[in-house]
Amino acid sequence: MAAWAFLAPVTIYLVVFYAYPLYRSLDLSLRNYTVRSFVYGHAPFSGFKNYSVDLHDPTFTPALLHTLIFTVVSIAFQFVIGLALAVFFVHHFRLSATLRALFLVPWLLPLIVSASTWSWMLNSEAGVVNSVLHSVGIAPVNWLTAPKWALVSVIIANIWIGIPFNLVLMYSGLQAISPDIYEAASLDGANGWQRFWRVTFPLLRPVTAVTLLLGLVYTLKVFDIIWIMTRGGPAGASTTFATWSYQLSFGNLLPAFGPGAAVANMLIVMTLIFGFVYFRIQRKQRES
Amino acid sequence: MTEKKSWFKTGVGLLLTGLMLFPVYWMVNVSFTRDQDIRKSPPDWFPVPGTLAGYRAVLHQQGPYIATSVVVGFGTVALTLLLAAPAGYSLARLRPRGGSLLSFVLLIAQMIPGIIMAMGFYAIFLNLKVINTLPGLIVADSTLAVPFGVLIFTAFMSGIPEELLQAARIDGAGHLRSFWSVVLPVSRNSIVTVSLFAFLWAWSDFIFANTLDGGGKHLPITLGIYHYIGNNNQQWSAIMATAVVASIPATVLLVIAQRYVAAGVTAGAVKD
Repeated sequence: MAAWAFLAPVTIYLVVFYAYPLYRSLDLSLRNYTVRSFVYGHAPFSGFKNYSVDLHDPTFTPALLHTLIFTVVSIAFQFVIGLALAVFFVHHFRLSATLRALFLVPWLLPLIVSASTWSWMLNSEAGVVNSVLHSVGIAPVNWLTAPKWALVSVIIANIWIGIPFNLVLMYSGLQAISPDIYEAASLDGANGWQRFWRVTFPLLRPVTAVTLLLGLVYTLKVFDIIWIMTRGGPAGASTTFATWSYQLSFGNLLPAFGPGAAVANMLIVMTLIFGFVYFRIQRKQRES
Repeated sequence: MTEKKSWFKTGVGLLLTGLMLFPVYWMVNVSFTRDQDIRKSPPDWFPVPGTLAGYRAVLHQQGPYIATSVVVGFGTVALTLLLAAPAGYSLARLRPRGGSLLSFVLLIAQMIPGIIMAMGFYAIFLNLKVINTLPGLIVADSTLAVPFGVLIFTAFMSGIPEELLQAARIDGAGHLRSFWSVVLPVSRNSIVTVSLFAFLWAWSDFIFANTLDGGGKHLPITLGIYHYIGNNNQQWSAIMATAVVASIPATVLLVIAQRYVAAGVTAGAVKD
């Protein structure tokens, strides 16, 4: 009894401030809402009409594609760079703890700070990135204003932000590997590269799975970076499900709450699928 | 490792860190750059001669935004501690039936995209007429920290030696007394960790601020920067100066609670 008395506040909180908002956004997606119906009530039930509106929207396919590209490319680079850094940092050297801590800075900064800094660095005329490219003879790139570069730009910024997460998780995975195993491997005459591919990497498989799946869950829902840097533009070139949903619900003078909520709910289904795969893998790992 | 090799690695490490933190350096550099130099091509690599005009602009224009963010940050910390600490105690020490289910729900809660929560809150807040108010924003921001808080408190309080609690029980302390005068005082580190992250996440929040408080009288610093970018594209030294100021809580956290930061990064991966 006492146990649940201590849990009561957080349980009520979960129902009121998680379950209820989730229910409301599901409800939004099944009704024909306008600003008027928000104030006066009476939004007629419309079943899955909002979902079918989204499916037939010309934005649907590009948004889905951008979401997939953004997620997969971000994670691939974040993971490889994070792993390489974890390997670099795993054997201590002078200042290694301090430098490793500094690598967490991109994760700690408010996203608006990172996004606006990257926006200015990638500015076509006065940005430092184009200036460096110019000095090695590459023509300036319209990073944020050319449709073919906008998605690349937000991916670059997102990779930068996600490296610390991969570094921390892979570093903890590396630390868990017993040094004896390396000793045995080097006695067998394996060089550094062989040791990594044949010994380290297979042993890291469980933590790799966890890192990639959590990365997937977190990257699918990225909104701030894209919205602040490009607002999903130009002409929808960097629109993902998260920004599309926001655009529909809050980005126009006439909000389309129903279709916006429908997009958001499709996003949550994608997220939770990977979330459950993550839980399954974690449970399996605990059992073995 | 030999002496020489270690220094070599330190050198490489410094180089990599410099590369990684270049955007941060650039933000600081631009914040000190004079307006007439800001569009120079190639740009100046060092702010010489520099200016404090950007920071003066922050002082004059961003004060109210910063104050709002501080209030929202502390409000979120208070609400998070109030909810998460007792829950952590219960899950760690009293182990009720259904407790592991609750922990599972909390892990899932962390995965829900902010945009969905924002939409749900928007609909609810509009009905309750708490849209564009700070209490509303504090409640929404607390959803970023409460699941993490419960998981951290549970993990930490599980490690408290049973003898400590037994001693309290022998002295006749009930659950409430044990929690208040035994568990909480020894949980100082976890309280600090949860508070710091709750503050940081509320301070950094953009999506709730923009959807739930966008038309409010008191706007947080994230919206201050956002409107800055939207309104005057020219004053980049002022924008970057604001960004530098907005980075202060993150810096403080890194300096005073370095060893807890990894816990925050891996919040979703916390094992039960």
